[in-house]
Amino acid sequence: MSGTITLTQGLNQAIDEAMAADDTVFCLGEDVAAKQGGGVFKITSGLTEKYGENRIRATPISETAIVGAAVGAALAGHRPICEIMLMNFVGVCMDQIVNHAAKLRFMSGGQTNVPMVLRTTTGVGVGFGGQHSDMLEAWFAHVAGLKIVTASNAADAKGLMRSAIECNDPVIFIENVISYGLTSDDPGKDHRVPLGKAAITREGTDCSIITYGRTVMDALEVAETLEEEGISVEIVDLRTIAPYDEETVLASVRKTGRAVTLHEAVKPYGTGAEMSAKIHEELFNELKAPVQRVGGSFSPVPFVALEQDWIPSKSELADAVRTAVNWKK
Amino acid sequence: MTDQAIDRDKLLDIYTRTTKVNRTDERFRELLMQGKIAVMYYCVRGQEVVSASAMAALNDDDYVVCTYRGQGEQTAKGVPMEAYWAECLGKATGTCKGKGGTMHITHPETGVMVTTGVVGSGLPIANGLAMASQNSGDGKVTIVTFGDGAANIGGFHEAMNMAQLYKLPIVFVCINNRYGEHTAYADHTDSVNIASRAEGYGMRSAHVDGTYVEQVYPAIQEAVDRARAGDGPTLVEAMCYRMQGHFFGSDFSYMPPEHIEEMNAEDCMPKLRNYMLEAQFTEAELDAIIADVDGQLDVAVQAALDAPFPDASELRKDVFEEEIAA
Ligand SMILES: Cc1ncc(C[n+]2csc(CCOP(=O)(O)OP(=O)(O)O)c2C)c(N)n1
Ligand SMILES: [Mg+2]
Repeated sequence: MSGTITLTQGLNQAIDEAMAADDTVFCLGEDVAAKQGGGVFKITSGLTEKYGENRIRATPISETAIVGAAVGAALAGHRPICEIMLMNFVGVCMDQIVNHAAKLRFMSGGQTNVPMVLRTTTGVGVGFGGQHSDMLEAWFAHVAGLKIVTASNAADAKGLMRSAIECNDPVIFIENVISYGLTSDDPGKDHRVPLGKAAITREGTDCSIITYGRTVMDALEVAETLEEEGISVEIVDLRTIAPYDEETVLASVRKTGRAVTLHEAVKPYGTGAEMSAKIHEELFNELKAPVQRVGGSFSPVPFVALEQDWIPSKSELADAVRTAVNWKK
Repeated sequence: MTDQAIDRDKLLDIYTRTTKVNRTDERFRELLMQGKIAVMYYCVRGQEVVSASAMAALNDDDYVVCTYRGQGEQTAKGVPMEAYWAECLGKATGTCKGKGGTMHITHPETGVMVTTGVVGSGLPIANGLAMASQNSGDGKVTIVTFGDGAANIGGFHEAMNMAQLYKLPIVFVCINNRYGEHTAYADHTDSVNIASRAEGYGMRSAHVDGTYVEQVYPAIQEAVDRARAGDGPTLVEAMCYRMQGHFFGSDFSYMPPEHIEEMNAEDCMPKLRNYMLEAQFTEAELDAIIADVDGQLDVAVQAALDAPFPDASELRKDVFEEEIAA
């Protein structure tokens, strides 16, 4: 093992290695094949040449047909990786995700299952505006039968993608446009990060920040700043957003006695609300302060001028931690 | 199409399948009427020959995707009667352990992969099954059935285009019963028929009278054979009638008297019976098939009535591969 990989390379390698190991793994989505340049974000670059056009299928702009085909192929025992170019476009294929991918195992009494991955990209901060930027993980977290995964770094992206492909249930794999260029030490071939297991990205004793994806980087920066003020922050990177690793989250908060949830998605009804509720239910008597939540503004994502006002800022996060730490009962 | 288009063995096979569908429908309505069972049931009276012919055109391990009104495809494809009835009554011994119900019968062993309750959602999924067959070269064909109303949902358009683009081994069977819930065809669609839409996708199509076995079976069999040979998909539109309300017990006073008169005159069951007699099958032979099916139904229904309901712990199972902790 030597050198580094980008998050893009991590995803590409995970898919490549999975396709080499298992003939039933295949990709489908808009622009994903070699003729189209290997995808808008190049995740499937170089794979058509190796695996052919049946296994890297460039599709028409037909999200319902794309996800539906992934569901059907998965029912037949294949492991499709479908791509919805940008997360907001799930609005046109929700039925296939929510009524079919998520429910067919249960409704069939376990006779069938849907081992598919739905890859999708999103993210605030690059000026894509109101219909190309939303983090919509909470929509899916509300549906039984779906796993939702996102990576905060390149090595995890590789390991989580491989585990998602090998998972026997449908996985929504969320990528963040801004994170594609992040680099990690190369974790090597066949790297896997188990689904459902959070990582303690930074250990601390005063307050836990529970987050995932792009905002893990923000949390790390804020933790450094607060360290100078004498506040010791622990960071929990969920990696699997749903169903999330309650054990690790609760253990961290039991230790620190304080928690701040952080996500780029809008704050109301977000995953932070669910975790906050759970922490209060389980640890009320041990908490030194009420759980604080930080999230995006409750408005559509604006165009460039207002984007940084919309996005949860590092100063907001730092303030939330200070509020928790300075809480007087 | 000539009478010779269907050989005697196949004809007998279709008759047997049709009888299963028809007697199952009759039994369902009888039990519901008597109040012995109380579940949602979408009657298939008037469509039996289409479903039976379509399933008779498939191999045992070929795939089927159907709808809430899928009893015909399910029983004709061979879902075991006991497991079928148990599922319909929500019992633990059902195909889906009683967790799917009448609208979600699944039985992969007989190729019944999905029964969807969402109009038009089966088509994109059926493409995926066909795509898996195309990728692996397993030689299977997928049939997806759907109604006339379903031809107006976006997924129909997306799925038709995609299937033709990739030349998938699939047959789209539109069971045009001339109504979508309470809305007559002419009030939801101005296309002369659904089959004509295939041309816009570059797809082959057939438009047949589904009340005549000699029309519908050869059309679907040809489409299946072409799909299996790698010659791509076909849209087959089979005209028929929904001779009951949208679901059991629902009102159908909105059907004009002329329509009701027409559908009674065009009933596929007496037409099939006559066709069989013309093909030199005897009344006694045919009655024996009916009696045999009725006997199987007696056993299956009783077993389903006697079977236990699923345990509440089932709520935590099959959500994911791993059971959810209590
Ligand atoms: C997407 C969606 N919209 C509406 C319904 C409610 N609904 C159930 S069946 C039906 C009529 C469908 O008509 P058609 O496709 O002709 O099938 P048929 O019931 O005649 O077999 C409607 C509107 C539904 N199940 N799914
Ligand atoms: Mg109809």
